[in-house]
Amino acid sequence: MASAPDTLGRTPLFDRHERAGARLVPFAGWEMPVQYEGIRQEHVAVRTDAGMFDVSHMGQIETAGPEAEALLQRLLSNDVTRIAERGAQYSMLCREDGGVLDDLFTYRLGPDRFLTVTNAAGHERDLAWFKQHAEGFDAEVRDAHADWAMLAVQGPNARAALERLADGALPPRMRTAEVAISGVPCLVAGTGYTGEDGCELLIPPDRAGAVWDALLAEGVRPAGLGARDTLRLEVCFHLYGNDLSEDRDPIEAGLGWCCKLETGFIGAGALAGLEPDEKLVPFAFTGPGIPRQGNVVKTEHGDGVVTSGSLSPCLETGIGLAYVPVAAGAPGTPIEVDVRGKRRPAEVRQKPLYAPSQKPAAVKEKR
Amino acid sequence: MAEASYPDDLKYHEEHDWARVEGEQATFGVTWYAQDALGEVVFFDPPEIGAHVTKDQSYAEVESVKAVSDVFAPLSGEVVAVNEILAESPEKINEDPYGEGWLVRVKLSDPSELDSLLDADAYERLLEVGA
Repeated sequence: MASAPDTLGRTPLFDRHERAGARLVPFAGWEMPVQYEGIRQEHVAVRTDAGMFDVSHMGQIETAGPEAEALLQRLLSNDVTRIAERGAQYSMLCREDGGVLDDLFTYRLGPDRFLTVTNAAGHERDLAWFKQHAEGFDAEVRDAHADWAMLAVQGPNARAALERLADGALPPRMRTAEVAISGVPCLVAGTGYTGEDGCELLIPPDRAGAVWDALLAEGVRPAGLGARDTLRLEVCFHLYGNDLSEDRDPIEAGLGWCCKLETGFIGAGALAGLEPDEKLVPFAFTGPGIPRQGNVVKTEHGDGVVTSGSLSPCLETGIGLAYVPVAAGAPGTPIEVDVRGKRRPAEVRQKPLYAPSQKPAAVKEKR
Repeated sequence: MAEASYPDDLKYHEEHDWARVEGEQATFGVTWYAQDALGEVVFFDPPEIGAHVTKDQSYAEVESVKAVSDVFAPLSGEVVAVNEILAESPEKINEDPYGEGWLVRVKLSDPSELDSLLDADAYERLLEVGA
């Protein structure tokens, strides 16, 4: 499924997207659905019912062998020894200087076998980094992207829809299980990127269409990358390339919790004792307007920058994530965002900006 | 509005804006094609009443969840009214782009500019070639 530089990759579900009326756009080298019926409708469907996202553009790296755990402990920022068998864990992939190369989910499939999910844009670089550092370890690093299609099924009714198609119990949150969905053997993970309950399915590529069709028949609505972005932003999940980059370290990004310095991972030395000048904070507009990536933030303590911005379909106001001076980072601090020359009033908020457990009283069907 | 339509009584600008001329004034809006390309409009930032708009130049912005688009003036003049409904219901631009989704009303400063605008047939031909 790797793509040449000048041609866009297509996932095994490409024909399903066309059939569902998707608007397809280039994304990280792939031709991906940004929306079907509309970002707001798809967003609301995931908050109130169930939606599914084709995330087959994301890559997988399999690490196996007697020293697979030791290799990953060196590469990944979190404590890999604490992933139970069939468990899942979030971590950073850092350079020596602490700059973030990618953010990753790793599943332990067996005592000596792990599957790490990469961002599409970073997959080739991550794979090369894994292989380069595998020298000297008794472990094999293998590109597993072609082995899997990946479908995220998310929303309060997502598990119920999956259960009607499953031949066994679905895994709880942050665990994995091998379950047949509509007769197709899948690796199912209790993870997601929306703040809602649900699962992510790793599916043999040639049978992904059958799983899609079965979920569609159960009433699960196709949702595109547009809604995926607004959903994750409402719950303040980081997006690599926006909120995380090689120029930012995990501490200022608020991800110190998944950096276990005592494990001695690559970058741990640089992060030890680090006291950043800036921090990533969620904010919401208190008046009109929509913040966008790159907008300058004005605070009493100096300027900051918006790294993600959108309209929140659930809160019906402009929301975003921004790096601001630490002194301006407390929830409730008034700030202003310069949106193409207009100063828009805003306020630093606590995360999440929208809590799915509150149930979306603010969600109003507009059409 | 699910089906594309380009009413015959309007004049069109190639940046996908329309003008309905009534005497010395004209109402402006965006075409069906523009609202469809943008997706659901969630914010309209209007110009001030009294502002001068210049043909072929941006005078306002419409935003969807994902993107910001400039709105271009099909003709020059002074803004005499803005569609207040859009502050609460910007989706009217999608639902009724030639009716309730109008953007501004302008007192024209150079009616001869009308000659450079397209009629519905010419605009639809432009879409067939360009889109």
